[in-house]
Amino acid sequence: MEPFTTHTGRAVPLRRTNVDTDQIIPAEYLKRVSRAGFGEGLFAAWREDPSFVLNQPQYAGATILVAGTDFGTGSSREHAVWALTDYGFRAVIAPRFGDIFRTNATKAGLLPVILPEATVAALQDAVESDPGTEITVDLGARAVLAGAAGIKAPFDLDDYTRWRLMEGLDDIGLTLRHVDKVTAFELSRPTWLPVTA
Amino acid sequence: MNTAVSECETQTRKQTPEGEGVMGRTLAEKIWDAHVVHSAEGEPDLLYIDLHLIHEVTSPQAFDGLRAASRKVRRPDLTIATEDHNVPTTGITGPGVPLSGPGSPVTDPVSRTQVEALRKNCAEFGIRLHPMGDAGQGIVHVIGPQLGLTQPGLTIVCGDSHTSTHGALGALAFGIGTSEVEHVLATQTLPQQRPKMMAITVNGALPDGVTPKDLILAIIAKIGTGGGQGYVVEYRGPAVRALSMEGRLTVCNMSIEAGARAGLVAPDDVTFAYLEGRPHAPSGAGWERALEAWRSLPGDDDATFDREVTLDAGLLTPYVTWGTNPGQALPLASSVPDPGSFADPDERAAASRALAYMDLKPGTALRDVSVDTVFLGSCTNGRLEDLRAAAGVLRGRRIAPSIRMLVVPGSMQVRAQAEAEGLDAVFTAAGAEWRAAGCSMCLGMNPDKLAPGERSASTSNRNFEGRQGKGGRTHLVSPAVAAATAVTGHLAAPADL
Repeated sequence: MEPFTTHTGRAVPLRRTNVDTDQIIPAEYLKRVSRAGFGEGLFAAWREDPSFVLNQPQYAGATILVAGTDFGTGSSREHAVWALTDYGFRAVIAPRFGDIFRTNATKAGLLPVILPEATVAALQDAVESDPGTEITVDLGARAVLAGAAGIKAPFDLDDYTRWRLMEGLDDIGLTLRHVDKVTAFELSRPTWLPVTA
Repeated sequence: MNTAVSECETQTRKQTPEGEGVMGRTLAEKIWDAHVVHSAEGEPDLLYIDLHLIHEVTSPQAFDGLRAASRKVRRPDLTIATEDHNVPTTGITGPGVPLSGPGSPVTDPVSRTQVEALRKNCAEFGIRLHPMGDAGQGIVHVIGPQLGLTQPGLTIVCGDSHTSTHGALGALAFGIGTSEVEHVLATQTLPQQRPKMMAITVNGALPDGVTPKDLILAIIAKIGTGGGQGYVVEYRGPAVRALSMEGRLTVCNMSIEAGARAGLVAPDDVTFAYLEGRPHAPSGAGWERALEAWRSLPGDDDATFDREVTLDAGLLTPYVTWGTNPGQALPLASSVPDPGSFADPDERAAASRALAYMDLKPGTALRDVSVDTVFLGSCTNGRLEDLRAAAGVLRGRRIAPSIRMLVVPGSMQVRAQAEAEGLDAVFTAAGAEWRAAGCSMCLGMNPDKLAPGERSASTSNRNFEGRQGKGGRTHLVSPAVAAATAVTGHLAAPADL
C-alpha cells in the first residue's frame, strides 16, 4: 500500500448524500479479476450526464472528493475504492461513511476523512466559487486546510490506522507477528465447531 | 409520518467503574471476547474467524495477493465457496453443466473468466466449492445456514455486505472487502475495532399479513441508512422471538441497509430446532456440548447498549420503498411523499433526486404505481418460506399479462424442496418463470436485469439507482406483496385481491 502522509490537491464537490457503492462502481464492472482499471467505471452511470460534476472541466485533475453524508453505503465491494484511486483520488471528505467502505479505503491507501457537515459544506462552497482552491489533507497533523478559504479543520482517526496509512503497512504482515498466538488459539477451540471439509 | 415506530433512545451506557467487577455483556460482546487472539492498547483487537464464505466476485484479487506473497490459505477447512453473483439462472441442466462451449449457459466471456478463476483458486488452495449446477450451490448466505455451518457464537465473514444475514442464528457475522478477504485467507483472523452496541426491541406481535420484510423495512425507514453506522444491532423482544428462523434471516440480512455491519438475534429453541440434524451441525455428545455453550450466549440482564430503539409490531402494515435507498420506505397504504415535506435540506434534495430517477409524482398513491417486473428471490427473501408465502397468494390465480415474474430460489436445495411441495407448478401455472439458484436480478451483474426505464417490485434488499440494471427502477417489497403485485400489475397486498 502506498503510504499516505500529507496530500495537497484540488477538489471535486459532490453534493449528494447516500452515495452508495453501486453508484461509485456499478456491478457490471465487478467481473474483472485484477485490481487495475476500475477508474473507467467510476460513477459510470452519472458520468453519462455531461453536467455531472466529474465531467466539468474546471475540476479535471482534482484528487480530493468532498461528498455528502453516508458516502460509500451498501455493498462491500472494495472495487469502489480501487475505482476512486485509479481515477486519481487520494482522499474523500464526508460527514459520515459506510463502515465497510471506510475500512476498505484504509486498506487500499485512500484516506477517508470525517468532518462535520458544516465544514464539508464550507469546503464545497469554497471549491465551487474557486475550483482552483487547494486543499491539504495532513494525516500527521490530522487536519484539513484550505488556506485561501480560511478553513482549518481537525479530524479524528485512530492512532493505529493513522500509523498504518503513514507507513503504508500491510496488515497481513502485521498480523503474522502474532502467528504463535493464532496457533495457540486454534488449539483451544472446541472440537464440535464446524469444518467445511 | 410513521407512528408505528417510537424511539426511546438512551445514552446510558456506563463504563465499568474500576474495582466493581465485570459489567454485564451483550450477546455480541460475549462472542467478540471469546474470539480475541491478541489485544493491545491502541490497537484493534485481532479476532479469530470461525467461518469464511467466498464467492467469485470479491475473491480473485485476494488469491492473487496470496500468490504474490507466496502465502497459503491457513484454514481451507474453515472456508467454503459458491458461485452465485454472476452465474445465470437459466440453462442450468444439472451437476457438471459446462462453463464454456456447447451447452454452457454462460455467454458472457468476462463472467466465465471470473468463475474459472474461482474454480482454479479453490482447486489450488484446497477449498470446497459448490459450482453452478451442483445440488449444494446457492447464494452464499442461503447455503451457510442450510448446511448447518452457520451456528450460534461463531464469527463469520464474507466479501459481501449481506453477511449480516448469518446473525439470525446468533453468530457475529459481517461483510468485508477484498483486502480483508486476503487477510482472513492468510491468517484466519481479522483486526477489528470494537463496535458500539444497539438494541432494537420489537414489542407486540406482527399483525396477519405483515411479514419480517415489512418489519425490517420499517426499522430502516426509522433509523435511516446511516443509523446503524458503527454499531452491531441486536434484535430483541417478543415479536423477534416469535419469528421463524427464516424470518430472522430476512431481518438480519438487511441490517447493513441501516448501516450496521452486523445484526443478530440471541439463539433460542427456534435456533436449536433449526440446526439439529443439519449436515454440519454437531451431533451426539458434540450436540450436547454445543447446546450448553449456545445457551450461555444470550446477553446478561445487566448488559447495556449505546443506543436503544423500540417498535410496536402491532402497528405495522406492509411496507414498500418509493425512492433510491432502502430508508425511503412507507406503508403501502400511503402516497409518494412531497420532497418539500422533508425538513432536512439533504433529505429534501435526496427525495427530489429519487423521485426524478423513479419517475414518480408526489401524492401518487403507492397502490397506483404500476410495475412491469416482479422479482422473487435473493439472500433476503429466497428461502422456502418466502416461496411458500408467494405461492400461497398465486395459487389459483394468474399474473397480469403485462408482468414478467422471475422466481429464483436462493439455493438448489430450496429449489428441490419447493418442487417437492409442488410450488414450482403453482408459479408456472400462474405465468411466472421458475429459475435455478443465484443472486439473479438482485444486483444486475448476470443476465437477469431490468432494461432502462423498467420498474420492478422486488423482494431483494437494495433499490439503489441502476441496482437491478442500468436505468431500472426498484420498489422493495415482501414476497406476499410481490405476488399480489404480480397479479394486479400495480403495488398491492394480498388483502387487496
